[in-house]
Order: sequence, then structure tokens, then C-alpha cells
Amino acid sequence: MEHHFQRLYEVLTQVQGYIYPNEVELYWSVLIVLYPYITGLVAGAFILASLERVFNVKVLKPTYHLALLTALAFLLIAVMPLVSHLGKPLRAFEIMMTPNPTSAMAIFGFIYLWYLMVVLLLEIWFDYRRDMILWLQTAKGFKRFLYQVLTLGSRDLSPKALRFDDKAGYIITIIGIPSAFLLHGYVGFIFGSIKANPWWSSVLMPVIFLFSAMVSGIALVMMVYMVVSKIRKITSDINALDTIAKFLFYILIMDFALEALDQVHRIYEAEESFDILHLLVNGKLFMSMFIFQIFLGTLVPLATLAVFQFYKPVEKIRRTIYFIISVLVLFGIFFMRWNVVIGGQLFSKSFYGFTAYKNQFIGAEGYLMAWFWFLVPFAILAFLLWLLPPWKKHEELEAQE
Amino acid sequence: MKRNEEKSNRRTFLKTGVAIAGGVVAATLVKPFTGVVLATEKPSGDHPWYGIGIDIEKCIGCGNCASACKMENPVPAEPFYFRNWVEQYTVKNDGTVKVESPNGGIGGFKQTIPDEEIFKSFFVPKMCNHCAKSPCSQVCPVGATFETPDGVNLIDKSYCIGCGYCIQACPYGCRYMHPTEKVVDKCTLCYHRIKKGLLPACFEVCPTNARIFGDLNDPGSDLVLFIKDHSCRFLKPHLNTVPKLYYNALEEEVR
Repeated sequence: MEHHFQRLYEVLTQVQGYIYPNEVELYWSVLIVLYPYITGLVAGAFILASLERVFNVKVLKPTYHLALLTALAFLLIAVMPLVSHLGKPLRAFEIMMTPNPTSAMAIFGFIYLWYLMVVLLLEIWFDYRRDMILWLQTAKGFKRFLYQVLTLGSRDLSPKALRFDDKAGYIITIIGIPSAFLLHGYVGFIFGSIKANPWWSSVLMPVIFLFSAMVSGIALVMMVYMVVSKIRKITSDINALDTIAKFLFYILIMDFALEALDQVHRIYEAEESFDILHLLVNGKLFMSMFIFQIFLGTLVPLATLAVFQFYKPVEKIRRTIYFIISVLVLFGIFFMRWNVVIGGQLFSKSFYGFTAYKNQFIGAEGYLMAWFWFLVPFAILAFLLWLLPPWKKHEELEAQE
Repeated sequence: MKRNEEKSNRRTFLKTGVAIAGGVVAATLVKPFTGVVLATEKPSGDHPWYGIGIDIEKCIGCGNCASACKMENPVPAEPFYFRNWVEQYTVKNDGTVKVESPNGGIGGFKQTIPDEEIFKSFFVPKMCNHCAKSPCSQVCPVGATFETPDGVNLIDKSYCIGCGYCIQACPYGCRYMHPTEKVVDKCTLCYHRIKKGLLPACFEVCPTNARIFGDLNDPGSDLVLFIKDHSCRFLKPHLNTVPKLYYNALEEEVR
């Protein structure tokens, strides 16, 4: 506790202007930055997967299952940063048991569960049912046990059953697209509906969150696909990468346009809060907004992808550049979340001053914890790829023969 | 034949028109449009509806209210946690505003700006506005923050999950996360005292009676008379939180 107060006294010396005395401590830390970031990755990855399934973009086939499993790996821990940030984590379940219907945060729990249980798990199950039954026949030990549990006793491989799998998967994907929109649009609403905070309170917030989610999810799948291909020592399908990059380009344009519209609107209307937000953006958020989010995370990828629409360098260079772009976009969207969450708490609601954000490396809400929750999904993904390898599915094996 | 049809069409049209117009007039008579001061209705029933009045003209910035609050209630002593505090506003001749609240005003204030540069200066005590449409209880995911039937905004600390969403939603900065209890804490309007007929601690100690406590449902209460006699304003009225904290002589600079 002493250490905590010590830190707050340090922050107190860095306060600029006047802030309400309760505003010295910034309550939503880097973990809450991570929460919309991870949820966005899920929604984006799923939307990329649904492109192949529903909109029949056949060239994306190699990334379809990978995108689904990536979405699942991240969704499984999506609420963990939120829960571990709570003052009383053991009471977290009360959100589900006694939700307050007027609270955006309470309803999120149900949207999350709907998305996890009804959309993602069901879709993956129908998608893998046949393969799990086939793998069950040859697998041994723990893996065999897992398949036995996961098939839920289903052994039917008749053409009728397989047709049903396919149909069910298709319908779930169709339900899944609006659900993915809802999932992340809703996260935007959690911030956008706070009228006390002019940096958050914007009707565009859910839409901006949605598009940035798609951008980050697509970039993540692109990166994961290249890394997994590298580990498996196969060359990644350049046509798939080109198509993903093309989608990334279009959605990045829309995302940038929407965010620009939001800012232009603020600047032109220049309401009561404008002066303090102007100072915020040009001061405390300068690096994370102009350099990280806009320049590195948006303009550089956008310009590169724009050039690729006219001139395509050789495959090898293209692959390297795609990898760099996906990392840059992931980096940029993280700082977009940072600028929203941390930026929204740096200025005082009196509009007379700023507090400072001083986080530790270690501790319940430190950077180490944030890194932990960011890296766990990759471990889960590795496990999922071991258990449900997309490249060992029957259609892949058929295609290879 | 055709003429008849036209006639009957015209008749139907006129009939419908008259019916709609008459309906609109009737509806207006039943529920005439009235401008509302409070965008919410006072709760019915014969229990009190507590409110607060603060007379800025009377506040001398002694900070007794802020320290009494910390003595009466389990508020941490460190200068990052306040259920109420006092702000000192100094408008300079060049139009710039300086706001200060060292340790929430506990121990009083020292004017740091030379007299000749000061255009005007005043103190503004702040506390929970006990809003009738409180954004904090709107956003609480588990309903741990609630409004009592007598209009006091409270937290059930045995239920709060400590998410801090209400802290973000409060436009007045009146909430904080209790460092040891790990749940959110705020002004209770000394509910334990007012239920016994006592005044809240900060009202009790105010040497100039700048704070007026009372029942908004009682037309004869000190508070209602105070609101009647002064031109009172709320903080941040555009947010439509419908505060029950009325300030007399609230200046434009105060946010």
C-alpha cells in the first residue's frame, strides 16, 4: 500500500493545471487497453474467415481454419484482462448472475457468451466433426482422449450427416457475421456511451472500433499464417496473402476515413472540451497518436499497400513486406486502443488540467501482466493447431493427392 | 356515377382530416406541452427527497467540510481520495483562470497570486450531486450503485465488483476506488446521520451556513426556500444528469 501511495505522490508532482482531487489515480490501466484490443482481434479474424465461407472468396481457403482457431484462442481469454483488473475479481460472475440492464458492461457478458458458445465453438465443432472422428481412429493417448471428449459421442460419417455439418456451419457463419459486428461494436459502445467523457462520447465510436477491429484481426491472421507456414517449413500461398492484403487495404482506408471524420468533426465543432483535447492530442498523446497510431500504424501500411495495387514486387520481397505491414498494423491498432482508453483518462473532467499515467512493470496491473495476457492466446493457438491442425483436414489431404 | 365516387372520396378525405385535426387538439388538451426544469419527475410517495444547496457567496474556504468528511467517514487520509472538497477559483485580470484545491482544501487556502493581478476569486465546495438521473448507477454492471427512494445515491460495497466504470461515468469526479477495500467509494450524504435526523458532517461544521440540507418534497424546507430566494444553477446541466445539488452564484468558470 505504501508503495501505491508513493507512486501516487509521484504522479501528483506531474499533474498539470487543475484536476479533481480524485482524478490523480488513473483507474483503467493497460489491461483495459488490452481488452478492446483482444476483442477486436477476435472479431476481425472471424470476419476474415467468413469471407471465405459466406462470400466464397476461395483464394482465402488456406487461412480459413487458421482464422477461426485464432479467433477462438483470443476469445477464450478476451475477458481475462478485464477480470484481473477488477478490484474484486471473485465477484466477476455477478455480472452474469445479476446484470444491470442499463449497463453496457453487463450486457457485454451475454454478447461475449453468445459469440463464444453459439458462434465460434459451434462453427468449429461442425467444421471439425468429421476430422475429429477420423483422427480418433488413429490417435493415441491424451490426444485420443481429447477427441473422444470433443466429438461428444458423435460417430456418424454418413453423407447425410456430412451434408448437415456443412449446412449448419454455413448458417452459423451467417449468424456469426452480425454477431462479430455486435461483439466489437458493443465494445465501442462501452466507451462511446460515456457522456461525461468528451474524448469517448461519440456516436462513431462503435463503428470506428468495428473497423479498427477488422483491420487488426486481418493483420493478425496474415501474420499468424506466415509464421505458421514458416514453422511448418512450407511456403505461404502468395495468392491468399495478396487477397488478404487487398482486403486489409480497403478496410484500412475506411477505418482511417472514419477516424479522420471523427476528429474533423471535433475540430470543426470545437465544443467546450475542444481546448483540453487539443492540448491532449498535441501533448501527452503526440507520440502514441501521431507517430505510432497514425504514421506507423496507418499511413505507412496504407501507402505501401496502395503502391502494391499498381506495382507488385517479386514474391519474396512481397512476403517480407506483408509481414512488416501486419506487425505495424497490429502495433498501430494497439496504440489506437491506448489513445482511447488511457487518453480518455489523462485529462480532467474539469477541462482544466492533466494527470499522468505511471505504470509499473510488475504488479497486478503492470506491463508484465499485460504481456502475459497478450501472449497466452498464442500458446492456446499453438495447442489448438496441435489438436486441430487445419492442414491435416480431409479436404486438405484430398487436395494434396 | 363518376361524380358520386368523387364526391364520396372528397367526403372521406374531409372526414379523416377533421378526425385527425380534432384528435391532435384533443390530445393537446389532455396532455398540454410543458417546459420542464427537471427532466425527471420527483418520485411520488410521502417520503423525503433529499437535496443540497451550496451558497458560494458564503463559502470562506476554511476546508472544515472536507476534513469533517474524512473524520466522520472511512475515507483514506491520503490526498487522492475525497468524498467532498473545496476548489479555489481565481480569475486574473488577463482573463485566465487558476483553480486550486491543495489536499482538497483541508487546512484552508493561501492565495498565491498577487492582489493587483486578481479580477475576482471565490471558493466552490464540491461533492456528489446525488443526481436524479445518475450516470454512475446507469452504468454499474451489477447494480451495486443505486438511488434510495429518498434520493441518495449509494453503493452496496458488499456487491461492488470494483470495475471502475462508474468512476468513468461520473462527470463531477466524485468517486474513487478505495485503496484497501478495493471497491468504489463516494459521498453517502452521511446517510447514517440523516436517517437519525442529524445533518451530514460537512453541513454540521460549516461556520457560515454555506451548505443547506433539506427535503425537496417539503415546500417549507430550508432548501426549497433557498432555491426560491436565489438564482441557483447546477453543474454541467447540458449532460442532463439532473443534479440535486443547487449552487447559488455559480460562475461560468466552474466546471
